Amino acid sequence: MKQEIYSHTTSQSALVRVAEISARYRNRPDKLMDVILAVQKVVPSMAEDVAAVIAREMGLMQNEVYSFITFYGLLSVKEKGKYIIRMCNNAPCHVRGARAVMDAISDTLKIGVGETTQDRRFTVELCPCLGICDVSPAIMINDKTYGNLTYDSTQALIKRYIREDV
Amino acid sequence: MKEMRVLLQNQGKENMSDAAVYIENGGYEGLKKALEMEGWDVIQTLKDAGLRGRGGAGFPSWLKLKFAYDTQSEDKYIVCNADEGEPGTNKDRVLLSCDPHSILEGMAIAGKAVGARKGYIYLRAEYPQIVPIITHAIETAKQAGALGENIFGSGFEFQISIRSGAGAYVCGEETALFESIEGRRGEPRFRPPYPGIQGLFGKPTVLNNVETLANMSHILRNGVEWYQNIGTPTSHGTKLFTVIGNVAQRGVYEFPMGINLKELIFDVCGGVADGKGLLAVQTGGASGAIINPFQIDIPLDIDHISASGGRLGCGTIFVIDDSNCVLDIVRNNIEFFSHESCGKCVPCREGTRRMYDLIQKICAGNGTVKDMLTIRDLAETVRSSALCGLGHSSVVPVISAMDNFPEVFESHLDGDYCEKCHMQRRVMKHG
Repeated sequence: MKQEIYSHTTSQSALVRVAEISARYRNRPDKLMDVILAVQKVVPSMAEDVAAVIAREMGLMQNEVYSFITFYGLLSVKEKGKYIIRMCNNAPCHVRGARAVMDAISDTLKIGVGETTQDRRFTVELCPCLGICDVSPAIMINDKTYGNLTYDSTQALIKRYIREDV
Repeated sequence: MKEMRVLLQNQGKENMSDAAVYIENGGYEGLKKALEMEGWDVIQTLKDAGLRGRGGAGFPSWLKLKFAYDTQSEDKYIVCNADEGEPGTNKDRVLLSCDPHSILEGMAIAGKAVGARKGYIYLRAEYPQIVPIITHAIETAKQAGALGENIFGSGFEFQISIRSGAGAYVCGEETALFESIEGRRGEPRFRPPYPGIQGLFGKPTVLNNVETLANMSHILRNGVEWYQNIGTPTSHGTKLFTVIGNVAQRGVYEFPMGINLKELIFDVCGGVADGKGLLAVQTGGASGAIINPFQIDIPLDIDHISASGGRLGCGTIFVIDDSNCVLDIVRNNIEFFSHESCGKCVPCREGTRRMYDLIQKICAGNGTVKDMLTIRDLAETVRSSALCGLGHSSVVPVISAMDNFPEVFESHLDGDYCEKCHMQRRVMKHG
């Protein structure tokens, strides 16, 4: 059974770029991670058609690509928003008020964990330790990290992203 | 109490990712000495120094090198484990960002010791800010002749490349890390064969933690005697401690092995934050033991902590204040392991899940004495039969909490009201 989330249709121009990136590492399976990290920046979703192109160009089987993507926490076959908000839910953040931060995010964006806003700008995910526990509770928005958050400061931060498109 | 800064001696200095600046500060002297020695002599030096792995297990580092040294293979690899996934730990991030060359130097020394020409740094994806620092460090080191084809004119060649992880805790396990570098799912391999014989790409491989490699540079630079005089008789050298949680001054501190845990929390880090009381301390990250406040008057060295049922692990000290509930912390820990279990072996995949369900049940006030016995039974099964360290250590917080805080479990079994657990009934679900 094909999952709906895996059958997103990617534009032809994006697939051409995917092919360009993957073709550089033909028969170099050890470069799969680098390829996928680069591809993830040019396509909205690591869907079936994307995996097929990567597999063809790198000389892999498509299921190898699929199983690779679905294994790692930061990779996904789901379509993600422009900004991925990763909230740490481990104990060091937990005892410092991670709950309030999580509430602030879902109250502001009106979405829960694992969901994407309708305008496709924000996705909220839980993530194990971000390694910045000295400023917990912390979140990561794409490649930027923010620490020492409270309900109010989180709300202000998210609103800044909504308004300014940081 | 004053910190003893060896590994962090260059913290706060500017442009430390520049090889020239590192050399000005005495860098690459250790590598120069190693280049004049035979491979076995380098290993002997590390053996005499008594260096033990800083990643968690405390395995003697020289032995890992010896296994690879003893093989006849043409290709060997040195891998730096910078997949710092243990919740609450950020010493490697600090070390990589303030002194990246000490790690490159350590890798080259290990390479010289076993005859490897290629090294990989496996960096977790949550640290994108570290990538430019290491890239710059590698480039400048090549220009300075400290890495590359003919290091300092000795004819020894050593190259280093960076490989990225993508958010999988299990990839901190050595064979899972190899799988990940090779472009597959990061699932641990069966052992034997051990990595020293057949590791990355099927070749002999030495994998070390970031901090261990940095230690190698300092041992070669300053000598065995200097190193032996730091720390305790069985654990030499300094250790980076990440102190986090409800403590006044959080951060990464460097002290000789054997520093007293109580002094570290109260004298160095200013005690519990916001004037609250101490409920418990967890040493070694999520996979460490949870202990009572009256148990914290202990020296922090590898053997001492192991003897008391916990583990020093990666040196994480997680301070928990009395507004929390121990059971809630255990629930959080086991939820983490259940989520991060790779699913390859049944004991870990199912065991962590079942333990989580039972802890959850007890948290909710619906637990029974039989559930407690089932947890112990499950824990023993997972501990003895899981494929890798993830499973083995996932039971440590559960069992240590049951042993050290029986009254907390009893009150939850009785269905007494617990503010913390009550609040958590809105369970966080993974996306």
